[in-house]
Amino acid sequence: MRGLTRRHGAGEHAVLATAGIDLDVGQGEVFGVLGPNGAGKTTLLRQLMGLIRPDAGSITLFGWDVVARPDIPSRLAAYLGQHDMALEDLPVGRAVETTARLRGLGRGAARAARDAVIDELGLAPVVTRPMRQLSGGQRRLASVACTLVGDRMVLVLDEPTTGLDPTARRAVWSALERRRATAGVTVLLVTHNVLEAETVLDRVAVLEAGRVIACDTPGRLKASVSSDVRLDLVWRRDPPAQDPTIARLARQAEINGRRWTTRMDAAAARDALARLTSGPAFAALDDFTLATPSLEDVYLALGGASRTLERT
Amino acid sequence: MTAAAAYEAAGPAAGRAVDAAGQAAGPAAEAVSVAERTADALDRSAGAVDRSVRQRSGGGFPGAAEVAGTPVPLPPGTSFGAALGAVYAGQLARARVARVPLLFVAAFQSLGIMLLLRGVVDAGNETTSEQVVAGSTVLVVAFVALNLLAQRFGALRAAGALDYYLTLPVPGSAVVLGTAASYASFALPGMIVTAVVGSLLYGLPLSGLWLLLPVAVAAGASLAGIGAAIGLLAPRQELATVAGQIGMSVVLFLGIIPADRLPLGIDVLRDLLPSTYAVDVLAGAFRPSVDWGMVVVDLLVCALVAFVTLLAASIALRRAGNAPR
Repeated sequence: MRGLTRRHGAGEHAVLATAGIDLDVGQGEVFGVLGPNGAGKTTLLRQLMGLIRPDAGSITLFGWDVVARPDIPSRLAAYLGQHDMALEDLPVGRAVETTARLRGLGRGAARAARDAVIDELGLAPVVTRPMRQLSGGQRRLASVACTLVGDRMVLVLDEPTTGLDPTARRAVWSALERRRATAGVTVLLVTHNVLEAETVLDRVAVLEAGRVIACDTPGRLKASVSSDVRLDLVWRRDPPAQDPTIARLARQAEINGRRWTTRMDAAAARDALARLTSGPAFAALDDFTLATPSLEDVYLALGGASRTLERT
Repeated sequence: MTAAAAYEAAGPAAGRAVDAAGQAAGPAAEAVSVAERTADALDRSAGAVDRSVRQRSGGGFPGAAEVAGTPVPLPPGTSFGAALGAVYAGQLARARVARVPLLFVAAFQSLGIMLLLRGVVDAGNETTSEQVVAGSTVLVVAFVALNLLAQRFGALRAAGALDYYLTLPVPGSAVVLGTAASYASFALPGMIVTAVVGSLLYGLPLSGLWLLLPVAVAAGASLAGIGAAIGLLAPRQELATVAGQIGMSVVLFLGIIPADRLPLGIDVLRDLLPSTYAVDVLAGAFRPSVDWGMVVVDLLVCALVAFVTLLAASIALRRAGNAPR
């Protein structure tokens, strides 16, 4: 098996389309596409899967030209779209098994693969229930199970963990990591969840209005934009406004109800926190967090106009 | 430990420390120790970031230059037969959940029409009776295979849910044919009930009713083909729904009203409709002597329509991903 290369450059037409994107993803890499709604993330994935033709540019998947042969991706990759309506009337187990059969597994192999992935994702309690009767999160998890079954070399996932509870989310992340570690599976996923991007991705491309505005490891991206740290303060009651530290923080904070978010260099943050925790404001302080830059900060620093990224 | 995990570990712990210190009336010494601990956590986080950068950049992934070249061998696609079987079985499993109530509706509609017309048609008028029963029976197929299938494909397409099939290594024709076959199967119980009840109601012989089977296949395939083509070709979901409804109504009128009672001009339309040939075969089944040559020709017409429409639907399915939404 050889690595995976992809270049895509679509012409500048509609607002939602991808515009001149160049990306290379290596085999066994967990690669993320991060960006706000309407940035072109889904369009990019659908082009890769041969679902829509790019107006210009080329996509190469394991040496195959996807633009010329849109049937190639289905042989090499599994896709999780945002819609699961095609399966909604099927019981979970049946949906997974049918998908395995459609990926070419024999009856026995499909059942074995179904049982394995159902166990892996903790779906056993709902295996006989129709997907439409499940909660949004369980339903999404069942769709993920359908995508994982049948062992493809590449997994292309459009927001795989949206709506999942933290336990299920970690089960999905582990399942992806396991496939990468044991079989060299390449994962390409869209997310607008910063925690997901920082936890599971080897590299991340930040998309804004159809263009890649940054592409690197999460760590290097964060290191590149700023040495500032973020200080979040949560008040249990109004802090004493006459306190000079409070007054200074209030001027620069982004205030959201009782939560203040400020960005400053590490020394200033340490100093401010020391003053807060030893001064009169401490009694009003409910909680605080001090953190190095997140991918959200990267995104904002790179000129991302939208603030729709999720932090948790 | 990754940087993200370090933040997660540091944040809540530090927060809890503040909480505890606050409850103890906040002695200054404790508060300072909280601040120190926070600073430590911050340093650890920064170290973790450095480490993770080093690890990740050290690992390295093959770049474009290294991997471009000869394509890897493709894993085989799923065979037509296996894909057809899986789609058909999957769709049949749906029936238990969603389609059973609609089957009742489909059968009741036809039974109602036959009851209604029983009051109008003379019992002795065999040609008309045959036509009413045969037309009502085929109407069940039109309701399920044409109308419901057009709606189903239209809705799947509008929701972008066809991506599911389009990203599996299966021939589009297997998806269309498997789905069409399952919808035609949904219609079979309703057809049998309608034909038997109709025969009893209008005093027609039941002996020729084994012809129901080839009729079900022929009418099912051709009407499901039309339904699939409508659902996949209609520019909008609403149009697919409306076209499916109209299609069913046309089958109703042109199938149940005897050909010699239709106004001039309309009778030409009757010949264009594949369901007509299915109705004619079934109507013939109630007569003492069956014209086998005509039966074969009629069934072949249905098969031809089925082939053309299912082919059109398969091509439309392949293009469905490119449709704007």
